[in-house]
Formats: sequence, C-alpha cells, structure tokens
Amino acid sequence: MPHPSLAEQFISTNNRAAWHDRSLWFVREKRDRQANDVPEWEELRKFASDIKQHTMSQLPNYLEEFERNAIDLGVHVHWAVNGDEHNSIVHSILKRHGVKRLVKSKSMLTEECHLNPFLENHGITVIDTDLGERIVQLRNEPPSHIVLPAIHIRKEEVGECFHEHLGTEQGASDPKYLTEAARHHLREQFLAADAGITGVNFAIAETGGFVVCTNEGNADLGVSLPKLHIACMGIEKLIPRTKDLGVFLRLLARSATGQPITTYTSHFHGPRTGCELHVVLVDNGRSQLLQSPEFRRSLNCIRCGACMNTCPVFRRTGGHSYESTVPGPIGSILAPFRDPEQHKSLPFACSLCGSCTDVCPVKIDLHHELFAMRSRLDQQQKLGGIKKMTMQLASAILRRTWFYRLAGHLARYSLRWLPRLLIYNPLNRWGRQRELPSAPEQSFRQMYENQKRKKRP
Amino acid sequence: MNSASSRNRILRELKTALPVSSPIPHIPDTGTWQTFDNPLERFSELLTIVGGTCVRVRNVADADTALQQIDEWNSAVVRCSLVSGVGNSTFDLNSADDPHQLANVDFAVLPGQFGVAENGAVWVTDNGIPHRVLFFLPQHLSIVISSSQIVHNMHEAYARIEPQQYQFAGFISGPSKTADIEQSLVIGAHGARSVTVLAVDEL
Repeated sequence: MPHPSLAEQFISTNNRAAWHDRSLWFVREKRDRQANDVPEWEELRKFASDIKQHTMSQLPNYLEEFERNAIDLGVHVHWAVNGDEHNSIVHSILKRHGVKRLVKSKSMLTEECHLNPFLENHGITVIDTDLGERIVQLRNEPPSHIVLPAIHIRKEEVGECFHEHLGTEQGASDPKYLTEAARHHLREQFLAADAGITGVNFAIAETGGFVVCTNEGNADLGVSLPKLHIACMGIEKLIPRTKDLGVFLRLLARSATGQPITTYTSHFHGPRTGCELHVVLVDNGRSQLLQSPEFRRSLNCIRCGACMNTCPVFRRTGGHSYESTVPGPIGSILAPFRDPEQHKSLPFACSLCGSCTDVCPVKIDLHHELFAMRSRLDQQQKLGGIKKMTMQLASAILRRTWFYRLAGHLARYSLRWLPRLLIYNPLNRWGRQRELPSAPEQSFRQMYENQKRKKRP
Repeated sequence: MNSASSRNRILRELKTALPVSSPIPHIPDTGTWQTFDNPLERFSELLTIVGGTCVRVRNVADADTALQQIDEWNSAVVRCSLVSGVGNSTFDLNSADDPHQLANVDFAVLPGQFGVAENGAVWVTDNGIPHRVLFFLPQHLSIVISSSQIVHNMHEAYARIEPQQYQFAGFISGPSKTADIEQSLVIGAHGARSVTVLAVDEL
C-alpha cells in the first residue's frame, strides 16, 4: 500500500500522530544536547564520512582482510548473496548443532532477510530479546523504527500484550513494572537458549573482530551462555581499523538516543573456548547500490535512526507507513532502490527540508538522494496518474513566461471568486487538511512595475 | 550455491564499479579532541548521569569498606569477587564449569582496566574472568579501577587497547537500561541493576 494511505490510517487513530511526534522530538532534543556537548562534533562527522568513503572504495579488499583475520581467530566466515542464502546458511548451522531455541538481539539485517519466519517454519523457536523487539514480536508486528522498535505502541497496549503473554496484572501500564516482568521472562529465555544470534554494528578489517552495541545487555547475555554465536552483518558494516571505532562510537549513541555511549559496547574476537562463532556476510543488493554513483553514499549509514527522529513526515506518520525494514529518510532511498515498484511512494513522503542531512552523523546527502530517487522513479516510469499529470502541467507552465503569467492570473482570480466547493475539489489533495492562502491584490510582477513607475521622475 | 561461489560472486560484483579511491584519514590520538580539567570528576559525573555510581577510595582496604556500605552487597546471598581484597565469594568460581551455573549470582566484583571521562564507560576484558557472562548476569556489579587510569575520550581509549587480544572485551557505561516502553527510562533491563565503580588511588 502506498505511504499516504498507510499514513492516513495512522493519523486517523486518536491523537496518535501528535503523541508519536512528541516522543520522537524528545529523542531528537536529547541528540542535540549530546551533539552540542562535543565541541569537535562537525570534525567527527567529517572523519566518519571520510572513513566510510574510503572503506567503500576498497570494500572488496577490506572484506578479504576481515575474513582472513577472522579465520585466524577461529571464526567461521560465510558469504550470502541474498536473504534466502543467508537464511539457509543460518539454518544449516543451527541444524548441525541441534538448536531448538534461539535468542536473537536486534539485527535489522535478519529483519531484512525475514529470518524469523523462515526459522520458525523449520521448527526453531526464535525469541527476540531487545525489549522493544520482544513487544512487537509478541504483537506479531514488525519493528516501526530501527533503534526504537516499539516507539509506536502506548504503554497501556504493552500492558495488555504482557497480560496476555506474560501474565502481568490486567490494566498494568507502569513501564517499570512491565520491564521487570520482561526481565524475568527473558532471563528464562537466555538460560534456556541453545544458540544466540546478534547483529553487528562494526566489523574491524584489521583484526577480524566485531562490535555490538546495546543498552539492555541482551546481545551479551544471548551469546555468553550458549555454545553457539552467529553474527549476521551486511557487508557495508566494515571499518578498516580499531581506532576508527573512536570516531564512530562517539557519534552512534549520541545520534541515536542522545546518550554519550551505549551501556554495553562489546568487542568479540573469536569464539569462547570450546564454543563456536560464525559470521555471515550478506550482500542482498548492497553491491548493486555501491555501483550507483548517485545513491552509493547511503551505504555509509550506521543505522542510528537520527534521520527518522528528526523527519517531520516520519514523526507524524509512524514507521509502519513505510512498509520497509528501514523506514524514514534513509529507508526511502534504500527501499525504492531495491524494489522501485513496491516502494515508489516513499521518496515523496518528504518535504525536502534537509533536516535528515543536517543530523546524519556520517554526512549522507539524504535529501539530495531523495530528490534524485524521484527522478529515477520517473525515468523508470513508476509515477502514475495525478502525480505525473501535475508534474507535466507544472513543467509546461514553468517553461513558458506567458503561460506562467496566465496561470498566476487564473489562480488569483479563482481563489478570489470561485465557490469553495469548486476550489476544494477532490483533485486538490493539498486542500484536504489545509486552507489555501488568500489571493494577493497584485502579483509580484505588478508590484514591481508600480514601484518602477513611482521612482521615475 | 555454496559459500565459496557466493564469496567470489559478491567480490566480483563489488569490483565492477568501485567508487574512486579516497585516502584513509589520519586520526590523531590527541590534540583535536575534547579533554577535561579533572577527568576523574567528569567520569564520575557522567557515570551518575547514565545511572551508575563512582566511589573514590584511597586503597584496597577502603574499597572493601565502601563495598560493605552498599545495600545490594549486604543483602546479596550469592556473591563473587575477582578482585583480591575487595569483597569475598560465597562459592568457588572454579567449580562452575558451565556459565549457566552462575544464574543466581546476586553481586559480582570485577576488575576494570580504565575509565573514559567523556561517557562514564569502563574498559573491561575477559582476562582472568572464567566466564564473561559475569559482566552481564549478576543482579548487581561493582567494577574496580585505579583512579589514575581515566582517559579523556574514546580516541585516547583506543590508543591504549588491543581488543583482538581478548575473545571478549568491552566498554560498560552504567547499569543495564531500556526506554522501549514510551521512552520511559527504566534501569535494570536484562543485565546488572546497579553498577558501582570503585576508583582506588593506590591500586
């Protein structure tokens, strides 16, 4: 379904949009305070962007270097061209170990590959252990935000969900009480799990290790008890050197949630003694993206979610309106690049205000790419109906002076004299929730002419 | 399809149209970055902001005394300390050969390497720790560091560590927390409910 229709559903629920907007703006403000606390913030962004640019230009070399070093550490390294291959690799490892119960910390990659339903079809129980992800999993929904998966859900709804699934008191909605219930529930899951899956925030080429960041400690608990750890990562997660982490870790949590650093920043280098560690490197369209000069910078993304928290459209329409694992501004580039037909409405869910570009810690030119994506979709003949017609009309008018003048006259005349019913017709989508401006007495051209006449001696 | 052919396919695909090569930036260890007049004070402030506590003491004996003043320590039934002279263990850690056996540890006292002033984080490694889950599973945690070992920022931190020396190593900044229910901060998500850093002058 296109973004506007889904957004309409979201907005129509009692004050949901205003509440969602406030929640995310709160996070955005926390981010601002943290960014302002670091005098060299802009230098850090520049370093981060330069490191990523460099890494992308050498990506195959760094991947091979990472693989070499990881193998030396005793890690099993796997490569997957697409999501299906990723899923079957993970499944075959789990099968070999006879895994029945699996705990998984947050990994947008496994969401992207739809790993959970795949494994469940093969009889493996998958428990998402990030609290927000557990909430959406119990509600049988996808996450609505990459960092705050349950940001769209009210505490009363969490209470209902936990009452049903975890046996908490009916009507309870205190976040502290609900979190405590989840703590007990998930501790049992951690202790009963046969294997743990994590995502990867950064993989270090020069060491063959990787870093996982969480606030809850769920990734660490998930992989420090069972004997099997599988880490799934997109190939763009690579950085060349350990010291590059100094730059990225200073930016990541500040940009994401307005914290100086996540509670746990764990560095994994090889399996625990007597245990196994697997890393699955996944392409799934990333190499195609790297080949595109217009859109390749979106591969630099470190998944902090800052562009979502600041986006006026995302804040008011919710993550589910995007129907994409990664929603918001960055998702509106990644998704239509991969599947233009399904996601063609996303780059238009944007006012091109540029706020996403301003907050992006790795300086992705988000609003430029969003604009470019619109042209790409047009070239691919993906724009239909009214959008296409309106664009053609606008183009015809703006190219001809006489037509522009005439249209101006017509518009001013219509706004002044036509009945309301005719102006706010079904084709006028802008006017659905908004008042059009009142027509000015004179056009700019007329004012300019008058001014010139007055000045003449 | 096997992994080797996928590997070659991915690498081949990546090489078809790589971006123009750009140099890797030199990242200075010091100079460009934020520093603080009193790093220990800043560390302590930041640790408080992220929900932890920092207690500065003169020596190991005082650290032990400080620990005895923590309610959670006193009420802990199953305790475990890997810092000699600070606290005690109520069971023989060497007898636990499976990390699952540590499920009921109430309080653990563990060594840290150094603190980071800008974010209240402590660098810890699995060196000398029989099960790394001890950093995550106990209900409460105390980490012992030397009060002189506080770096200003993450760049200085990375200048002095070699994470590849350890199967596990990491930064821990305060207790486990979540804000996944309506952005309300709750301390004690899955990991430690409290983190007290004991900063010892003579360690």
